[in-house]
Amino acid sequence: MNRRHFNQLMGMSAAGILLPNVPSLGRSVDPAALLETGMDVAVKKRLADAALNAAKAKGATYTDVRIGRYLNQFVVTREDKVQNIVNTESYGVGVRVIANGCWGFAAVVDAKNETDMARAAEQAVAIAKANSRLLKEPVKLAPQQGYGEVSWKAPIKQNAFEVPIKEKVDLLLGVNAAAMQNGANYVNSVLFMVNEQKYIATTDGTYADQDIHRIWPIFNVTCIDPKTGKFETRNALSAPSGMGYDYLQVNPADKVTGITTRYNKGYDMLEDVTAAAQQAKQKLASAKSVEAGKYDLVLDPSHLWLTIHESVGHPLELDRVLGYEANFAGTSFATLDKWQSKNFQYGSKLVNFVADKQQVGSLGAVGYDDEGVQTKQWDLVKDGVLVNYQAIRDQAAIIGEKASHGCCYADSWGTVQFQRMPNVSLQAGKTPLTVQEMIKDVKKGIYIVGDGSFSIDQQRYNFQFGGQLYYEIKNGEITGMLKDVAYQSNTQEFWNSCAAICDERDYRLGGSFFDGKGQPSQSSAVSHGSATTRFNGVNVINTARKI
Amino acid sequence: MFTPFEMAIILSEAEAKALLQKVLKYSKADECEVNLSGEERGNIRYARNEVSTSGNKINQNLVVQSAFGKKVGTATIDEFDDASLEKVVRRAEELAKLAPENPEYVGILGPQTYLKSNGFFQNTASITPDVRAEAVSKSLELTRAANLTAAGFMDDYRGYQAMMNSKGLFAYYPSTNVNFSLTVRTADGKGSGYVARGYSDISKLDTAAATRIAMQKASASASAKALEPGKYTVILEPTAGAVLLEQLFFGMDARQADEGRSFLSKPGGKTKLNEKIVDPRVTIYSDPTNAELPASPWAGDGQAQQKMLWIDKGVVQNLAYSRYWAQKQGKKPVPFPNNMIMVGGTASLEDIIKGTQRGILVTKLWYIREVDPQSLLLTGLTRDGTFYIENGKIKHAVKNFRFNESPVIMLNNLEVLGKPERVVSTESEGNYLIPPMKIREFTFSSLSDAV
Repeated sequence: MNRRHFNQLMGMSAAGILLPNVPSLGRSVDPAALLETGMDVAVKKRLADAALNAAKAKGATYTDVRIGRYLNQFVVTREDKVQNIVNTESYGVGVRVIANGCWGFAAVVDAKNETDMARAAEQAVAIAKANSRLLKEPVKLAPQQGYGEVSWKAPIKQNAFEVPIKEKVDLLLGVNAAAMQNGANYVNSVLFMVNEQKYIATTDGTYADQDIHRIWPIFNVTCIDPKTGKFETRNALSAPSGMGYDYLQVNPADKVTGITTRYNKGYDMLEDVTAAAQQAKQKLASAKSVEAGKYDLVLDPSHLWLTIHESVGHPLELDRVLGYEANFAGTSFATLDKWQSKNFQYGSKLVNFVADKQQVGSLGAVGYDDEGVQTKQWDLVKDGVLVNYQAIRDQAAIIGEKASHGCCYADSWGTVQFQRMPNVSLQAGKTPLTVQEMIKDVKKGIYIVGDGSFSIDQQRYNFQFGGQLYYEIKNGEITGMLKDVAYQSNTQEFWNSCAAICDERDYRLGGSFFDGKGQPSQSSAVSHGSATTRFNGVNVINTARKI
Repeated sequence: MFTPFEMAIILSEAEAKALLQKVLKYSKADECEVNLSGEERGNIRYARNEVSTSGNKINQNLVVQSAFGKKVGTATIDEFDDASLEKVVRRAEELAKLAPENPEYVGILGPQTYLKSNGFFQNTASITPDVRAEAVSKSLELTRAANLTAAGFMDDYRGYQAMMNSKGLFAYYPSTNVNFSLTVRTADGKGSGYVARGYSDISKLDTAAATRIAMQKASASASAKALEPGKYTVILEPTAGAVLLEQLFFGMDARQADEGRSFLSKPGGKTKLNEKIVDPRVTIYSDPTNAELPASPWAGDGQAQQKMLWIDKGVVQNLAYSRYWAQKQGKKPVPFPNNMIMVGGTASLEDIIKGTQRGILVTKLWYIREVDPQSLLLTGLTRDGTFYIENGKIKHAVKNFRFNESPVIMLNNLEVLGKPERVVSTESEGNYLIPPMKIREFTFSSLSDAV
């Protein structure tokens, strides 16, 4: 599943798909199967050892074995109809080896016995040996201790797969009805739930069993003016989350009130869709087309997460910096010499970015990464200065680190693990500041809520972002709704124009299920936290066109 | 027990047919449809002039869909012994009985007649890790010798899809594919060039020749000068044009247009079907039997794919109608196509450059996103080789631009179409036949420092 498939599913893109035909999802199963416990951990160990031993016998100097069971549930509706209920399960094994100093990888669906495991291991070694003649320098791994037999479980309160489908259907049809009652012409809504049951065994003696959960409730509302043929949409302000069904428990303490309500650790889907339908109508009826020019931007966390993702998370991936992703995702402006100078001003002094693979409720949280390294948090940008990257075992030595950062990930048993973005978050301001106080200081600005269109160049300099809701700020007051807004900037210029950050009380996570990188392309889920933040003098364009 | 190593993953037509017939014999539902597929994929990546990761993946699937009236259930299995096959049919039937009615379920199709399309090439099906390593070796030798840095990817597929249903429909399509892409950068990081090739038959893939193209673009783009953003005449190489045109292809859906939420919608619930929306020289069609771009002759629901005109001389000739939407609107169903071909002219890229007084040659575009679905306004950036043309000659490389442009506006500003070639989309990995296009007043809105 990737972003494009998901957009098709949401009806945001026209070419319809049948979910079971998305190959990466695996087989479709009875919903009860999603609650079956997977393979016993002792069996996993026995199978993993078979692959570890077979690889070693064929000459591998390092091996890791991932046994994965990946479960997905989608409930897909539009207006008063349930379009699809899909339960999928994918089980298989991926074996990665180093032989003759070179990586090799092979994966097999439904490997269930020692013979299958050994053959996968042998195939991985054969690939490594075939490719080693192209190698100039052998792969070097940072030393890694074995943890023995360990486990990690996401601290969820309610497993979403345990909630009856009827309850989920009722929720979504209720959401759709609320949208229609409030003036929407069309509404699509989806509940997307994930459980990754992953086991990794490595040559170093780690056998880690993990249980990871994610949930994403989302909708898309469309309002049409039949006379002019104009239409406007508004998407959910929910955040995909590393939580269970508890994310859908409505709790007043998780609501951030203001010109529109935003949500923290609990999401009120019914309330948000009601606002969405009214706002989409308002966009059609009265939003002013923006006048292009320089504005001070006040960016809500439901919007800013994506700007952080693209302009901070990606450029600080060490594999990109080194050129490993040059053929697709690209390289990075944040080159090693800038980091080595110890004075590269990534942003203003207010700007602190932390990488974190442990943050509770985030999409990136796990106990151990996909090469068996225990996770942690570390600084990327401190007081505006670039101080570190994101590195895994075969990269750590390049930046003088003694160990991996623990951010290696593969999106299935069938894909090879590589460096993926941890949660990267902008730390909240240290001085007390509310959104209202921030807006009061802005003379000519735009307040943006929700994520929209996004695009950035392959070295992460030039970007353009849209949103869901735009409000004009004049002399410290919100004066009305705008439309046709997108801002363009350059990463370093943008983060250096950061003039104020609200305090901890406003800190919230946003995120994506579909961070794409690698060839073949893989999706990774990642969260980004921030509080509402102000940027001065950013270039805004008008996106309205006639065809 | 079946294991991937003890039985062929790619079944022949007769083997697939026999297996599917066996599954259907167990069905007690009103309707039953079975989909079967098997595939093997292999890939090799390289970067910094060295091989990096590579892999191999085997996968297969048998999906049973059972229906009682409009109640539909689906179940899947990968073990093909009799007991397992019966079990999967029973499970699909149980799920169907529990499911809510799907008002959009229109039933299964009867037997169909399919065009013949040859997309399976034994050469490609027989690729081994050594063949991949050899292909990459030819590329690496060239870049290493020239002190240029290569990052590339080769990915091959062999597999089949088959389906059969209780009304007698049977379809089978085996295919192979190999995609090769390469980015070459200069040692100082100031120049970058790209090439991508997609073929059904690997014997057409010449990684050395492709590498020379990327090397030439990398070297030529190393001393780029900045031009002011604004409206320019551009020549889009097919690799650049493909990522804009495919957004238009994806949008050719009748339901979205009828519902009033597409660039093909008009006020009052009408659509632009049968209306001229672009320059009369624009003709776009699909054809599963095209020898350069073979595609499956059937759609996912078993409908036959015909040669289909989508835009004829600038006029929207057809939109895709799902079987449900066609029934509701009283139209003939039209499946989404499995390939897309844009008719071009005879001019080569060089001819088009020669005929250009002032313009910009765009060889690749990157990070394409829709900004406004109403106008199909897209944004993205040029990448890996952008050049200024003056008096019919490439004068110098230019720094990359961000654009904001709609393919609908772009195809109204058409100047020249060249000779189509098969390209791989750098966004979706879809393969198309697309001509180079010369377009006036293409909107570049800002500069990028990226190389």
